Amino acid sequence: MSQTRAPLGMSGRGRDRRRRVAGALFAILCAAATLVGVVALAVLLTDVIMDGSHRLSVDFLTSFASRFPERAGVKAALVGSVWILGLTAVIAFPVSVAAAIYLEEYAPKSWVTRLIQLNIANLAGVPSIVYGMLGLTLFVRALALQRSILSGALTLSILILPVIIMASQEAIRAVPRSLREAAYGLGATRWQVVSLQVLPMAMPGILTGTILALSRAVGETAPLIMVGAVGFLAFTPSGVMDQFTVLPLQIYNWISRPQEEFHQLAAAGILVLLILLLTMNATAIILRNRFRKHH
Amino acid sequence: MSEVQLAAGPATSGPAALSFKRHRSLKEQVIGLILFLCAAISTLITVGIVAVLLRETLGFFAEVSIVEFLTNTQWTPLYVEKNFGILPLAAGSFMVAVGAAVMAVPVGLLTAIFLSEYAGVRLRAVLKPMLEILAGIPTVVYGYFALTFITPLIRSAFPETDVFNAASASIVVGVMIIPTVASLSEDALRAVPAALREGAYGLGATKLEVSTRVVVPAALSGVIASFILAISRAIGETMAVTIAAGALPNLTLNPLESIETMTAYIVQASLGDTPHGTIEYKTLYAVGMTLFLITLGMNVLSQWVLSRFREEYQ
Repeated sequence: MSQTRAPLGMSGRGRDRRRRVAGALFAILCAAATLVGVVALAVLLTDVIMDGSHRLSVDFLTSFASRFPERAGVKAALVGSVWILGLTAVIAFPVSVAAAIYLEEYAPKSWVTRLIQLNIANLAGVPSIVYGMLGLTLFVRALALQRSILSGALTLSILILPVIIMASQEAIRAVPRSLREAAYGLGATRWQVVSLQVLPMAMPGILTGTILALSRAVGETAPLIMVGAVGFLAFTPSGVMDQFTVLPLQIYNWISRPQEEFHQLAAAGILVLLILLLTMNATAIILRNRFRKHH
Repeated sequence: MSEVQLAAGPATSGPAALSFKRHRSLKEQVIGLILFLCAAISTLITVGIVAVLLRETLGFFAEVSIVEFLTNTQWTPLYVEKNFGILPLAAGSFMVAVGAAVMAVPVGLLTAIFLSEYAGVRLRAVLKPMLEILAGIPTVVYGYFALTFITPLIRSAFPETDVFNAASASIVVGVMIIPTVASLSEDALRAVPAALREGAYGLGATKLEVSTRVVVPAALSGVIASFILAISRAIGETMAVTIAAGALPNLTLNPLESIETMTAYIVQASLGDTPHGTIEYKTLYAVGMTLFLITLGMNVLSQWVLSRFREEYQ
């Protein structure tokens, strides 16, 4: 004991003070670094609000895009985003949850399972524009779905598939083992255990993960440019085979014009998009908190 | 619930129970098969991506030699005089990614240390959601921020800066990947057992010494994996760099000049007129393949670092 304490204890007051000062400086440095992210967020939001808030109005939400900035609105884009959101959820949710159930509850410990798992982790890291190229080639051309809402939703579905699978797996894994064993002990089959015991308990976690993944899909631009969503549309879609635009694409279209007025429209569009995302994330957080209270 | 009770009941009621059982096991098998097929879809996606990229890329290399693709220093496939050198695009992507990493790696790691070693429960509860919001902001919004806020700021300091420039894109992409570095590194730091810290504190170490000499080294594999993943994300980032960095394939090291990244080229070319089957169309896939291979390589590398250099505790 005395051996280990000696170098620190006998190092003298000057050195101790230096160590304390260095420690305090490091603490400040870490706090400052943390502030970088917070400040960036604050500046970004302020910038967008200052540029765009005066353009937000009911007219802005109910007007179509126009070459006259004072008349333009986000109607087609907002409706398109809601279509894409709904259809993507309908496609991606069941497939992803089924895949997660398989991997957690059914899969044998084999190389096939390991391969699927590894593959999902890698898919999550593929740039979104590459999914867009797959969507363009597979859905738009090979399956001849054209530049439709369906093509866009299918593309975004495969984009968020790995995200929902991984979140669902985590939620399923968090269900206590004892519950499963009790149900099996009563003679329940595997599907009965999964559908009556595991899924109900894991559902809040699964839904949270799904909503967060969907909010990523709502903010995606690049893959939808690839599958041919347009930046300028003067009608709202009436079916899944219609042409479409979405909020991020409408925003991009306005940003890429040189006039200042269109940049303000872009900022107002960003505000609409952020409000939509905020609503989705708030829903996810509420679900998560309810889930925590129950356990 | 009734099904569970039925199943739990004694199976002594003769043929009826038997047929019920057989029916049930068939149902179980069909469900198992459906679930497996859903899991297998994820593998088909990878196969699909590789097949789609490979087919057109092979078509591209039937017309352009791979040596030209890798060594030519000009990229002008959409012009009359065509050059197919990926170098300017790759250099553009790497310049943005390196610039972003220079900013996000130290900031993200220090944020992670702050969150895991310094911040109390309450402060964490405020800071973590903020990082999540930062991570959830769509990239097109970052693009707007770069073009209308960061770029004018840079141009007021360096008036010779192009309207579209790599520096502005680097900065916003850096901000964008701070949450990736911070949250993945923080997970790694928090996974270091408390006993290691307590041992060091018991020897009289300060918080700085514990953080930098005990916790970070113990979590190094996770921390480095987070850096690699974040840089891979920066290379694959599309909208912010398309909006802020420009569309000028330009082999330069000057961050104040307009450049073009691989991702921005794909967007630009697909927005324009590139009819199916032409060489211009095939360049999309050749560039996409390059992008895919680079990001895949980095993701695999980060997983390898994670498993190869993991310190196992307990």
